[in-house]
Amino acid sequence: MAYFLELLISGALTGLMYSLVALGFVLIYKSAGVPNLAQGALVMTAGYAVWLVMSWGLSVWIAIPIAAAIMFGFGLVVERLLLRRMVGQPVIMVVMLTLGLEILLRGLVPGVLGSAPKPIDLGIGFAPIIVGDVFINRTSLYGGIIALLLVGASLLFFRTRLGTKLRAVSDDHVSSWAVGISVERAIGISWGLAGIAAVVAGALWGSSQGVDWTLSTLLFPAVAVVILGGVDSVPGVVVGGILVGVLGTVIPGYLDSIAGGSTRDVVTSLIILLTIMVRPFGIFGREDIERI
Amino acid sequence: MFYRLSGTYHTSYQADRKLWKIPTDRRLVIALLVLALLAPLYVSPLYLGSYVLPWVIWSAAALSLTLLMGLAGQLHFGFAAVMAIGAYASIHLVRAGVPFELALLLSGLIAAVIGAVFGGAALRVKGLYLVMATLAMQYLVDWVVVNIPAISGGAHATLRTPAVSFLFMPIDSLASRYWLALGWAVLLTVFFMNVKRTSFGRALVAIRDKDFAAAVIGVDPFKTKLMAFFTSSFMGGVTGAILAFCFYRAVTPEQFGFNVSIQLVAMVLVGGLGSVIGSWLGAGFVLLAPIFLTNIISALAASGWVPVSQNFLSHLPLMIYGAMIIGFLLLEPLGLAKIYDNIRKYFLVWPFRHARS
Repeated sequence: MAYFLELLISGALTGLMYSLVALGFVLIYKSAGVPNLAQGALVMTAGYAVWLVMSWGLSVWIAIPIAAAIMFGFGLVVERLLLRRMVGQPVIMVVMLTLGLEILLRGLVPGVLGSAPKPIDLGIGFAPIIVGDVFINRTSLYGGIIALLLVGASLLFFRTRLGTKLRAVSDDHVSSWAVGISVERAIGISWGLAGIAAVVAGALWGSSQGVDWTLSTLLFPAVAVVILGGVDSVPGVVVGGILVGVLGTVIPGYLDSIAGGSTRDVVTSLIILLTIMVRPFGIFGREDIERI
Repeated sequence: MFYRLSGTYHTSYQADRKLWKIPTDRRLVIALLVLALLAPLYVSPLYLGSYVLPWVIWSAAALSLTLLMGLAGQLHFGFAAVMAIGAYASIHLVRAGVPFELALLLSGLIAAVIGAVFGGAALRVKGLYLVMATLAMQYLVDWVVVNIPAISGGAHATLRTPAVSFLFMPIDSLASRYWLALGWAVLLTVFFMNVKRTSFGRALVAIRDKDFAAAVIGVDPFKTKLMAFFTSSFMGGVTGAILAFCFYRAVTPEQFGFNVSIQLVAMVLVGGLGSVIGSWLGAGFVLLAPIFLTNIISALAASGWVPVSQNFLSHLPLMIYGAMIIGFLLLEPLGLAKIYDNIRKYFLVWPFRHARS
């Protein structure tokens, strides 16, 4: 029972950490309508940025805002140089463009900054928290709390003036132009915000497993989270994240010893496939999403 | 210049229906075919085995994928998994005593059935969701292959292909392996050029352009999409078997990983969606350009001209690869096929300006 509880809690917390990665995906999809397959690489780049700033001798509380500023700027640049020229192109072109960006970043960033895993010390400590018989990983606990806070903040953000503009842009580009909203700037800002979400995800995942190229493989669980929760739903990120995390931890916890390991990818794949077959728009997504 | 035309004029329907309408094109194709057939005679075994042979096989793979992506407009990000099914199925069939010719066909059929099942599951959805569903297929097939010892022979095992002969020609020497691969690639090329002119090919194009409009004119979208998945997976499965028997000869699951799927999609996109010449050019470009660029830069680095670290060099292929995809999408979305077409059109009526092809 304690084993099950431990799997359950660590799964839920890991899932919340996934939703940090997925949040960036949803932010961009919700405002630009672009499925961003480069979000995993953005998280990796952000992790490297945090490590780089910290290696100048700055404390983590200064490093994270600086890295956030860098990634916000990076998001703006990506939109300006790449995505803006893709307006009106078929979805395969946009998907392939973000995939090309993913591959480019996965080569460029570790190639320039070094591919050995880099440590990030957030000052959280590694001693697990013990509640009854259950060990809780301290990094995932803080990560889960921060994920909840960040999702709450994005929910509030979509009620502000700027957030309303972004929602309008996600509904219809042409009508937004007609009422005087700068669609280009809105999409740029959404990429910048996704960059900031990537910094939080990169710092937390980097502190738990070190910063190297493997951070970009977080894309796959994040995609499952997004599909399950609904591609355009911010609350869906939390629910989807917890579900993917719990299923992806509890089931391998019992099956790995029988099936010979790495059942986590199988569970994630099955979640994606079943969601697409049963309810393609996800738990909270809007139904018209199917038409893309 | 060498075309010596003032335009293309056809006086009979028969002339208009020809695959290559201009005599010079026909001669060019025949010359290339002869050059390709005689390649083992004048290309050194090193280059034949490590550049020409993989180019031919990957062109066949790109042709299989572009039937699905270019003609039918269905994205597939797990095509390496289809090829893996073909490769493993053929090896196990041959080991079980099935003749190689039959094993090739059967492995193609197995890949086609599995590919069509996943395709059918994904047919309710489009675009992004199809990408994700085929991505999930890639991971599932990978896992099944790695974790079922009866298929892969264990998690880190390599499976050697048994010695076979194709139509009484033993497939052992490099030249025979090359000829078998070339034969399959040429067969696919001819099939692809002709399928574009059949009702099936036109139905695929109709589905790609607008599926409900196609339904209105009497093309069943579900059936046609399923047929597209089936045909493309069959071609991919046989290509996977050819890849295993003619090129790798010792198969591991990593040879059919997610990165290979992405590489295939890149070949199709760089070459130009739905184009025959594009598949050949794209496969060659994606396969060879990173190798040559890396060689050049590492040569420069070795001579001390460019100060780059070993770590940078090892990541260079990935960078070139990503930059190539981005560059083609932004600068020439129709790919190498369009570049070739532009050059051809320019020379068609040279020294005059405008061609009606």
